[in-house]
Amino acid sequence: MITRRAKEILQEVQEYVRLCVAAVRGIGSGPWYFRDIVQQFDAIGLGSMTVVVLTGFFTGAVLALQTGMTLDQFGARPFVGRLVSASMVKELGPVLTGLMLAGRVGSGIAAEIGSMVVTDQVNALRALGTDPIRKLVVPRVLAGTLMAPVLTVIADTVGIIGGWLIATVQLRVASSLYWTSITEGLYVQDAWMGLIKPFVLGFVIVTTGCHVGLRTTGGTQGVGRATTNAVVIASVMVIAVDFFITRLLFTLIY
Amino acid sequence: MPGAAAAPPPRQTPAGATVVVAFEEVSLAFDEKVVLDGVSFTLEEGHTKVFLGASGAGKSTILKIILGLLKPDGGEVRVLGAPVHHLAEGELMRVRGDLGMVFQEGALFDSLTVGENVGYKLIEEARLPIEEARPRIEEVLGFVGLGAFIDRMPSELSGGQRRRVAIARAMAAKPRVLLYDEPTTGLDPMTATTVDDEIIKLRDLENVTSILVTHQLRDAFYVATQEAVRRNGSVVFEPASTAKADEAEFIMLKDGRVHFEGNAHALRESTDTYVRTFLS
Repeated sequence: MITRRAKEILQEVQEYVRLCVAAVRGIGSGPWYFRDIVQQFDAIGLGSMTVVVLTGFFTGAVLALQTGMTLDQFGARPFVGRLVSASMVKELGPVLTGLMLAGRVGSGIAAEIGSMVVTDQVNALRALGTDPIRKLVVPRVLAGTLMAPVLTVIADTVGIIGGWLIATVQLRVASSLYWTSITEGLYVQDAWMGLIKPFVLGFVIVTTGCHVGLRTTGGTQGVGRATTNAVVIASVMVIAVDFFITRLLFTLIY
Repeated sequence: MPGAAAAPPPRQTPAGATVVVAFEEVSLAFDEKVVLDGVSFTLEEGHTKVFLGASGAGKSTILKIILGLLKPDGGEVRVLGAPVHHLAEGELMRVRGDLGMVFQEGALFDSLTVGENVGYKLIEEARLPIEEARPRIEEVLGFVGLGAFIDRMPSELSGGQRRRVAIARAMAAKPRVLLYDEPTTGLDPMTATTVDDEIIKLRDLENVTSILVTHQLRDAFYVATQEAVRRNGSVVFEPASTAKADEAEFIMLKDGRVHFEGNAHALRESTDTYVRTFLS
């Protein structure tokens, strides 16, 4: 029983890796389906803007609110900007954007591809001479991987603005002091970390959604299961992968 | 097709006809369940093969193996001369260029219009500009009598219309072989006949080799015993000549094996208990 389960998991991982390799290969060599690529940039990028902006804003705001009180105990209230920006750029921006994308994009991809699988549309694609990896996976991987850093930068920016609003209105920190503490406290390495992370997380979220979607079985019930699985797996992966990249980047660039 | 040209030439039967599909001792099992167990048959160009059998007898599996969507565990499968049982996905794409498949329930792409569905292969794979593909799309939609539906979405169609659009999509790129997976299941007899008529028209007027998988006996016999002819500019259906009817062969599968093979007449006259039960 345990060996069978272990075998299943290994098989799943093997299939996932195979899909990732095929996707990367598909990006490098044609044919490309440009209409689908543009559509996915629109759906994943622009479509996720609202949720990312809202998440970023409130995270920045609550961060300023919470840390303001703690910093007060050390008489360090003016440093609130530094704390908000460092947390947003290095950690919360990428991770929370990743989690939002896992919920919105990962589930959407799994549901869409999953229902295409159970209604034979994916087989129909293959029968019509189309490689589903190039048609379905490559556009989503391109859009997810390239739009996640863009969305993260937006979340960071909006978060810092949210923090500024709380810092100036509630905590009575001078606006100039807030911005100076940000520019003094942020290093180039932080920016790199803030950009590399979402790049990897975007890839992980989208490929997870595609993998789970393509392996859907069992009709409409199976699609429901695939959607839930995609969100759960992608969310856990976001947190876990974030830890490992952080560890790796600390060794490499700091 | 470049791939088909690179493959060995299609086998010739003693009579000189081209063998389009040949199965030799093909077997396939999913875990412990045996789906196909040593199935052999050949199909000549322009002929029809009808697969009958209970649900789960392995009928649809045969179509998926022909397309290379599934790989058999053993045996040889030659489609238009190409050994699809051991071709890689990239090479299979070339073989599939000559094949068309009508899936159960149609499997139309929900996000595309009827016209885009029908012209999918021309626009997305042959990379034709939409205005160049449009005449062919209109032609095939006209062929299945749905010319007015070109800009509709698949969700707006009835079950029968979906199947006919699926047939139009499969025939748009002029395949040499068309595979039909339960094209009339779930349709009322009247609508089913309109779908059957399309199958007959494609076979007799466009010389498309057909493989039909079904458990609808009425439709199977209708396709095997009717013939489409063009008369005074319109298409009429009439009982097929004996020679024409002989070009349609039935194969009944039971427990993954070929249980019966023969024409419509032989099937009707069969005294085999299983065949009799199935026909009654």
